Amino acid sequence: MAAIEKRQEMSAFSDALAVLGAALGTILGLYLVAFSPDPVMKFHGALLGGTSVLGALYVLTQLTGHDTAAREFYHDGPIKFAAVAAVFWGIAGFLVGDIIAWQMAFPWLNFDLPWTSFGRLRPLHTSAVIFAFGGNALIATSFYVVQRTCKARLFGRWSPWFVVIGYNLFIVIAGTGYILGVTQSKEYAEPEWYADLWLTVVWVAYLVVFAGTLMKRKEPHIYVANWFYLAFILTIAMLHIVNNLAVPVSFAGTKSYILFSGVQDAMTQWWYGHNAVGFFLTAGFLGMMYYFIPKRAERPVYSYRLSIVHFWSLIFLYIWAGPHHLHYTALPDWAQTLGATFSIMLWMPSWGGMINGLMTLSGAWDKLRTDPVIRMMVVSVAFYGMSTFEGPLMSLKAVNSLSHYTDWTIGHVHSGALGWVGMISFGALYCLFPWLWKRRGLYSMRLVEWHFWLSTIGILLYITAMWVSGILQGLMWRAYDELGFLKYSFVETVDAMHIPYIIRAGGGLLFVIGALIMAYNLWRTVRSEESVDAENQPLVAAAPALRSTFAAAE
Amino acid sequence: MLSKHGIFERHTWLLSIGILIVVAIGGLVEIIPLFYIKSTIEKVEGMRPYTPLELTGRDIYIREGCYVCHSQMIRSLRDEVERYGHYSLAAESMYDHPFQWGSKRTGPDLARVGGKYSNSWHLAHMTNPRSVVPESIMPGYPWLAERKLDPEEMAEKLKTLAIVGVPYTDEMIANAAADLEAQSNPEADGVEAVATRYPKAVVGDFDGKPGEVTELDAMIAYLQMLGTLVDFTKFDAAGPNLR
Repeated sequence: MAAIEKRQEMSAFSDALAVLGAALGTILGLYLVAFSPDPVMKFHGALLGGTSVLGALYVLTQLTGHDTAAREFYHDGPIKFAAVAAVFWGIAGFLVGDIIAWQMAFPWLNFDLPWTSFGRLRPLHTSAVIFAFGGNALIATSFYVVQRTCKARLFGRWSPWFVVIGYNLFIVIAGTGYILGVTQSKEYAEPEWYADLWLTVVWVAYLVVFAGTLMKRKEPHIYVANWFYLAFILTIAMLHIVNNLAVPVSFAGTKSYILFSGVQDAMTQWWYGHNAVGFFLTAGFLGMMYYFIPKRAERPVYSYRLSIVHFWSLIFLYIWAGPHHLHYTALPDWAQTLGATFSIMLWMPSWGGMINGLMTLSGAWDKLRTDPVIRMMVVSVAFYGMSTFEGPLMSLKAVNSLSHYTDWTIGHVHSGALGWVGMISFGALYCLFPWLWKRRGLYSMRLVEWHFWLSTIGILLYITAMWVSGILQGLMWRAYDELGFLKYSFVETVDAMHIPYIIRAGGGLLFVIGALIMAYNLWRTVRSEESVDAENQPLVAAAPALRSTFAAAE
Repeated sequence: MLSKHGIFERHTWLLSIGILIVVAIGGLVEIIPLFYIKSTIEKVEGMRPYTPLELTGRDIYIREGCYVCHSQMIRSLRDEVERYGHYSLAAESMYDHPFQWGSKRTGPDLARVGGKYSNSWHLAHMTNPRSVVPESIMPGYPWLAERKLDPEEMAEKLKTLAIVGVPYTDEMIANAAADLEAQSNPEADGVEAVATRYPKAVVGDFDGKPGEVTELDAMIAYLQMLGTLVDFTKFDAAGPNLR
């Protein structure tokens, strides 16, 4: 009895804290609406205030003692929210990406308006896919994985909800800010100081929930996927805080100036930028790989030793790689050389992860033929292997002198982002939806096949078009005529990109259509009990609690 | 040895501290020395803080995301030096909070675009790029000419930059609003004062609208000064401060 009372006391305390926090958010939001001279800040204050009021109202309807519904062991509500948000933001982010791809082929699509011009939409695209789509996928899967592998409910009563709602509020503040011209121009860290502060609060809550769940685990060991998620959360916190150090011009205004300048700022930015790739887009998604591939393939992880070695070497080496974004610039040579050296070394732990993921399918390779969800995840790991080979190659100074500033970089990023991050997330979402909503399987496996082929062909068109345009432009920039003069004016090299740009935008369109098919498939999965092709789906596609029932019936 | 790894797998705190130590090293080694190794930033003559009008132009350049398509960093490669001019020095961005080196050249590098085109070329190009470069894929920015600047905001911006280390003097801060207007009006009384406070500042009615200070004035003033400050006739690349 004492234990139950103690738990009730704790949860009443959480309720009080949640309402207090929401009240603070409301007051701050109202203050900004009333006193900020900046219309964008007023708007963002209204967003904060409005979300806080809705949050407080919801908490008040769910006070301890009034929530009579039986509590399930795992806390899956916030996971469902983040999973749906990942699908929504994914489509939004891919769509904006494809729009700006068409703008590069047909510039009149900028419409000569501030809110639709390339310079504002490009950060919207990158943030929407990295932070909104990728971030929600990471939060959803990390909360799912940490509970299942620790046999423990998420730490905190309202904190997991605060993490997902607060994170998505950050996304909306950042994204609307870009369209309205609020940016600090540091790539992948464009949100201004106040959005950065808000994200810091949310991120600390994320760390507390994740590490808190690890600490109350019922399993003796922390599972390998959680090492990667933990490294991702901790390192992103460090990178985010240091790279965004800034002094605001006024408390109620959006504008700030970054603390560092010039060469130090450039180094800090690419230390951040490359590790947004290394920890957000790699370590976090490796955590996803280490849970969903073994689960779906019903095979243990290939090598425990390899996972230890590649985990520590990956996180140690990645941090050094930033200067390869600054070859032949005003960054001192010693730093450039360090960056290139560590980038080459990084190839090994990256492929360690790829081998561990792929070889987990040992003895289950036939599943590539029968289960398109597994195939999606395996192709994703193959893209991971390809882009982590291409990356060290491009970090060599000789190669970089050609590839840097060109579309080759853009193609490289997208083989990682669409191929690795996109496909592993799609695979994880296809697993998660039936598991979370307690379904027999996905609505349709045939639609997964369609999604798989559309996105694979789309990615291939994308990256081959970018190889062509990037290498072509790099060569044209340095071409000399027989008299020793530069052969091409800059705009001639722009003109040469036109056809590759159309092909790239077409490939991107296929990728968007694939994602729309996924959204439809997942929506039908949530809405209806029935699969159209249940007989084609493996038992592991069903929610864990239902598997024994179905196995008996079959 | 790998069997000892179990200790990290059983203790969340140890795993967290281990991760933090391992991921901190690379950044510490690569970033901190840049603040105290003296040869990192060359000793040059001519660098000065941005004038209020140039700074406003720079803020607009950031706001519109110009950096996503234009670099401001000429690499020390033969073709780049021939196409754009002397390779960029670290000193040339020492007052840039944040830096604008960029990462992609969908359009050309702008590190030394200052003085290469006339004000009226920039006016036409910003309003409709294809009117002067038919193959260009740059968006048009016609709204810049429609938006007037608020001179009263300038002093706070200069003060903030002074906090992060840009050497704006009290005199510069006190005259920020006046300097903003004077630089865009060749007839104004304060023109000489601007040139004294900010050597090499280009004064002109950039947007062709006398009496109005618009965002386009600021943008063109910024573009026209890029890369023009350092006097390369006095820069000794083989000098004691060579990297």
